[in-house]
Amino acid sequence: MRRARKFLLWTAVLYGALLGVAAALGTALFAGLPESERAVLLAVLAERAPVLAFAALILLFVCAGAVKWLFDEYVIAIHGLAEQTGVVAGANESLRVHTEGAREVAEAAAAVNRLADAYRDLKRDAERRARETAARLEEERNRLAALMAELAEGVLVCNAEGRILLYNEQARALLAAAAAPVGLGRSVFGLIDRAQVAHALEKLARLARPGEAPPTTRFVTTVGAGRLLRVRAAPFVAASGAMAGFVLSLEDVTGQVEREGSRRRLLHAFAAGMRAPVANVRAAAENLRAFPDMNAQDRERFVGIVAEESQALSQKLNEALREYADALKAGLELEDMRIADLLDVARQRIETTLAVSVALEEVPEDLWVRADSFALVQALAFLAARLHQDYAVRLLRFTARAEGAHVALDLGWRGAIVASDALALWETEPMQAGAEHTPLTLRDVLERHGAEVWYQRGGPAGEGGACLRLLLPAGEAAPARGWVAAAGPESRPEYYDFDLFRATDASRALKDRALRELSYTVFDTETTGLEPSAGDEIISIGAVRIVNGRVLKNEVFEVLVNPRRPPSRESVRIHGIDAETLAGQPPIEQVLPAFHRFCEDTVLVAHNAAFDMRFLELKEQAAGVKFDQPVLDTLLLSAAVHPAQDDHRLEAIAERLGVRVIGRHTALGDALVTAEIFLKLIPLLADRGIVTLGEALAVSRETWYARVRY
Amino acid sequence: MAKKKVLIVDDEPNIVTALEYLLTKSGYEVAVAENGEEALAAVAREKPDLVLLDIMMPRLNGYEVCRRLRERPEWAGIKIVILSAKGREVDVSKGLALGADLYVTKPFSNTELVARINALLGGA
Repeated sequence: MRRARKFLLWTAVLYGALLGVAAALGTALFAGLPESERAVLLAVLAERAPVLAFAALILLFVCAGAVKWLFDEYVIAIHGLAEQTGVVAGANESLRVHTEGAREVAEAAAAVNRLADAYRDLKRDAERRARETAARLEEERNRLAALMAELAEGVLVCNAEGRILLYNEQARALLAAAAAPVGLGRSVFGLIDRAQVAHALEKLARLARPGEAPPTTRFVTTVGAGRLLRVRAAPFVAASGAMAGFVLSLEDVTGQVEREGSRRRLLHAFAAGMRAPVANVRAAAENLRAFPDMNAQDRERFVGIVAEESQALSQKLNEALREYADALKAGLELEDMRIADLLDVARQRIETTLAVSVALEEVPEDLWVRADSFALVQALAFLAARLHQDYAVRLLRFTARAEGAHVALDLGWRGAIVASDALALWETEPMQAGAEHTPLTLRDVLERHGAEVWYQRGGPAGEGGACLRLLLPAGEAAPARGWVAAAGPESRPEYYDFDLFRATDASRALKDRALRELSYTVFDTETTGLEPSAGDEIISIGAVRIVNGRVLKNEVFEVLVNPRRPPSRESVRIHGIDAETLAGQPPIEQVLPAFHRFCEDTVLVAHNAAFDMRFLELKEQAAGVKFDQPVLDTLLLSAAVHPAQDDHRLEAIAERLGVRVIGRHTALGDALVTAEIFLKLIPLLADRGIVTLGEALAVSRETWYARVRY
Repeated sequence: MAKKKVLIVDDEPNIVTALEYLLTKSGYEVAVAENGEEALAAVAREKPDLVLLDIMMPRLNGYEVCRRLRERPEWAGIKIVILSAKGREVDVSKGLALGADLYVTKPFSNTELVARINALLGGA
């Protein structure tokens, strides 16, 4: 339109100008003529009027043609060039501009294309580098997470506010009994006493010296019912020198502390329990010796005392030993391990350093010993070396089996006749196997383990064979540990979030903070029916958290609830949970406080939240909790984003936003779908200018009223 | 019937004195050795029916004496009772594995010890 008008305008201007010039020339000539000639000229002109009009028309066409040519060759061509260049710069750097305009315009197009080539190369290079850097960073982070998962200690990394930004499975297991769940972005003070952590941090701050390695400090804390953790705290210093956060490593010392206490009590029992009877025996005995002429009656009395008291003494001794048997068991430095693993290491050691083959026969996989594996392997290698050097034994057979509180380990051989007192000599000489020396003797190693060894005929080599039998303390099977594989960038493990290091502006009111930076608990409930006021009850709650724009699928809440009434038939058709399964579950009064802790410090999100909140609110009083955090509803937010759509059911929104639906109609499955939908809604809301929580709540209210009105 | 003979092997004179008195009074003939080496010689010389053996002794400990006694077939009939202050499960296992018939931890009751010895020797 604009172009057509421009064309008409320019044509009119050109035509008008030409006509004007012609008219001016004519007028000037006309004015210079004498009166008589003027009349003649006018007559001629009047006679030739049609010809003149035709000439004027021709001139108009010529003008239009000239303007058209100029337009096509320059104006339109340059305009097209500008549009195409805009696309190259903004959207598609592979597009090349072309023009059908004048030569000068074509030259400009070629120059633009050269620029576009350079631009594309530069952009691709920058993108590739960014991708590589991101991938490397991601890989390093994942490697770190995998390493953390493999540590035997529990590890928590927190930012300066005490929010957890990395934890490992062991930490979660150790803190399972704590008041709050372990999770990214959660406060560590819900897990470990705030005063103790604060004291440790204060101490660290005081110990820190610029230019020196950061200090560490330790304390012991109680978690849940009587579990003792030794916590080591170390600061995390930022480049600026300020404390950016701190690392806590956790170790369960319940057993150690118990054993230490037990040892103390044993010593105490001996000291206190023995003094009195020993004094009595001694006084009586010294009387008997000092007064040889005492009468028969007195002598009888003192002898009676000696007999009685020494009997009591024996009894006390035996009682104390029985009661504190654990305290006398071998050392804290020992570690529980599979004997099969230990023997495997010993075999490798023996076979690589000696010309002796080792056969592991009958070594049960589930047999555990408590051992200092290094010293024990050394001892086994030493025995193999002696058997080989002194008696030319070439094949050793190992067998192991449980024997009461011990594991009997046999080192058997055939053929060689070993002097039966050889072992007694070996026990006390420093151990040497191959090139390895140690000042330790076999006896030292045995003492440390509370173990014994002896020589015996028979054993694994059968009739005619012989063996050394070791009796080692049995160990406890270690609990199976969670394990995180080093994952690719597309499946980042959710055990850490270093973005939490960036200090969040907690002082800002919640409603003024951006939706994308808040933490959420997205939840769903399944119920016996649709009428909470008519006695319908919650039968399950599923929830997942969103921290820093990520759904933390490793930190879910999923419980069934005993509704104390059978679910309606229609609802069973939907969720498939029957009355029998529910009867064995905890009641809502127990579940709700746990759920409340799970939601701590987050905004609640649910689909059709009013329904779920109604059920929760009715139970708040009985459970002694209050859900007073802000609540967002994906149904209302979806309606705010797509007001023209009628269907705001979960499936419909999921389809519209491209969210894959899996496991619907379990509370957790629906919560996960809702969480993905919510994350997709945040940028769509931002497009409509809804950025903060306050704005989202406001638009929800409006949508709510709009829907109610209809 | 001839009296049965018991060899007491211990390096502590006090317990030897007490045991010697007790066993003599209980109707046994008693011989004494003060360490492991002496014990082996005494067994050869005295041919006892039962050896009461301490573990922690200088010059051959009780385990070693026990093992050597059991190596000689002609001594297979000799009963061995270990009488020791070492009371851990592994010590008991080792003693019995090396051929002792009975393992008694100190302190013990005199009457019970005599009853066990009587039982082992088929009544004195």
